[in-house]
Amino acid sequence: MRSLFIVFAKEFLENLRDRRTLLSALLFGPLFGPILFGLMVSRTLEQSVVESDVPLKLTISGSRHAPGLTQYLNAHGVKVTLSELSENEARAAVRGGGSQVVLLVPEEYSRLFTAAQPAPILLFADSADSQTRKIADRTRAILGAYGSGIAQLRLQMRGVSPLLSLPVAVNEVDVATPTGRAVVVLGFMTYFVLFALLMGGLYLAIDSTAGERERGSLEALLSLPVARAALVGGKILATCAYMCISLGLSLTAFVCVFRFVPLERIGMSANLGLHTALIFFAICLPFVPLGATLMTLVASFTRTYREAQTYLTSVLLVPTLPIAFASIYSLKTKSSLMFIPSLSQHLLMTSVLKDEPILLPDVLVSAAASLALALLLFVLTARHWRRETMLG
Amino acid sequence: MIEAMALCKRFGSIEAAKDVSFVARDGEITGLLGANGAGKSTCLRMLYGVLTPDGGKACIDGIDIRGETSKARAHLGVLPHAAGLYNNLTARENIQYFGALHGMTAERLRTRTAELSLALGMSGFIERRAKGFSQGQRIKVALARALVHDPGNVVLDEPTNGLDVMAIRNLREMLLALKGQGRCVLFSSHVMQEVAALCDRVVIIGHGKVLADATVQEIRERSGTATLEEAFLQVLGDTEGVS
Repeated sequence: MRSLFIVFAKEFLENLRDRRTLLSALLFGPLFGPILFGLMVSRTLEQSVVESDVPLKLTISGSRHAPGLTQYLNAHGVKVTLSELSENEARAAVRGGGSQVVLLVPEEYSRLFTAAQPAPILLFADSADSQTRKIADRTRAILGAYGSGIAQLRLQMRGVSPLLSLPVAVNEVDVATPTGRAVVVLGFMTYFVLFALLMGGLYLAIDSTAGERERGSLEALLSLPVARAALVGGKILATCAYMCISLGLSLTAFVCVFRFVPLERIGMSANLGLHTALIFFAICLPFVPLGATLMTLVASFTRTYREAQTYLTSVLLVPTLPIAFASIYSLKTKSSLMFIPSLSQHLLMTSVLKDEPILLPDVLVSAAASLALALLLFVLTARHWRRETMLG
Repeated sequence: MIEAMALCKRFGSIEAAKDVSFVARDGEITGLLGANGAGKSTCLRMLYGVLTPDGGKACIDGIDIRGETSKARAHLGVLPHAAGLYNNLTARENIQYFGALHGMTAERLRTRTAELSLALGMSGFIERRAKGFSQGQRIKVALARALVHDPGNVVLDEPTNGLDVMAIRNLREMLLALKGQGRCVLFSSHVMQEVAALCDRVVIIGHGKVLADATVQEIRERSGTATLEEAFLQVLGDTEGVS
């Protein structure tokens, strides 16, 4: 046991002195995710808020044939630009990007409109451009509103109740809680947390195994009167310590970043205060030894630092697979899924974000499953370290 | 005292050691001479217990390395072929890490490191990190690391590899000092002059077998040749690669 702590202390100190790896493990890993994520989310939110505020801009050609419509659009805050374009000119104008959406009112419009026949209007838009598509949708909606207003007036003038044309009245009731809606946006956050957690220990897992072999210090270490399980145990423990630091930093960064993201502007609130961060830490903690033993085991089989890096990059993807499955099949927190490490942590964290109650047995099963797998991997790692092939 | 008793080791179809037996005595320097790939490292690795022999056994001061590994290793200092240091630790920390793993107390470690620093002339760089060390400085720290627990027996696998003339000379003095303290020193080499200059006894290994085990003088007399070089070549027969 004493040897285990001696190895732990040495690995911890040695890694602490390696500025370059420390920077990438404790700065890049835990901070890059939250900052990038915060910027992404706030940009998306700002865009959707801004869009409904900005007045709709339209170019209308032939507005003299439809004075009523033009007046209606002006009255509803649409910025109308008048111009005279032929059909081909209108097409060219939209394609060239000069005006994003063009309404073309043909000459027969006024005749058909007066005769209460369907009066044609041409709407030019580029559906391949997402920005234009949104403007076209808004234009369509406002034209629809104008049309149904006219229809109701016509019915009224003929002595028919306009209500006859409304056989069904649909009222939508949105039951999503403000936090529930935010989860759609925050869905990726749990992935960033687990990623930062693994990144924190990645370099130490490599350096203490493949690095030790490449440096040529491994054989001297293996010829000491110390149990191999204690040697590799100390190394894994040091890896765990850095993973915990990285996890803590990552969660702190997320708490800070979400102070500045304007979630409440679109009626959402992120349930991410200090309290939640602590719960997240507790949920992720059993995943730490699992990640550390997995990375150490894989790195123990490699001969060089570079080789270890190649393999461990794939290992970093392993915990993301269950999360990807969860989002494809939109899995909900279920007790039966708590046996799968990384997925269980993801589901539990998502539940906390949604303000849903989490069951203590679920948390315990999730922790026990991760720790049991970690123990199994540790036994395998220790057994590999006792082999002669460890010498390389 | 280090005893190899009928050690055998096989890697797949290659027999790396065939019935290797010899004794390295206290107060003597024993050289293990052989060409590259002759099986020197395999033999030494079985002696310090990182390889398990397929047959035979190895004892350090009469303690079976396989049976009581930890106890036997307490009597043994090892300088493996690859004797890398931890670059982000100072020379002192490198030495003390191994000492601590040998179970030494902090107090004992301090005095022992001071002794070694003086004996090996490391006071100039003992507090510096190992990152920029020269080969000579590295070998000193690696040797101090192997000797930190004051073992009665020392095994060195090709310790002169990659060293310049000055460093080799230093190492030679260090080994002679160890011998003077009554320790058992066993080292391997493929450089004949080195072995001849330093060793009391020579064990010549070729193709995994012991070809000769005698003093330098005896080998010369037995072969009846005037120079050492010719004597060695005669013992080795067709074994090429010994310089």
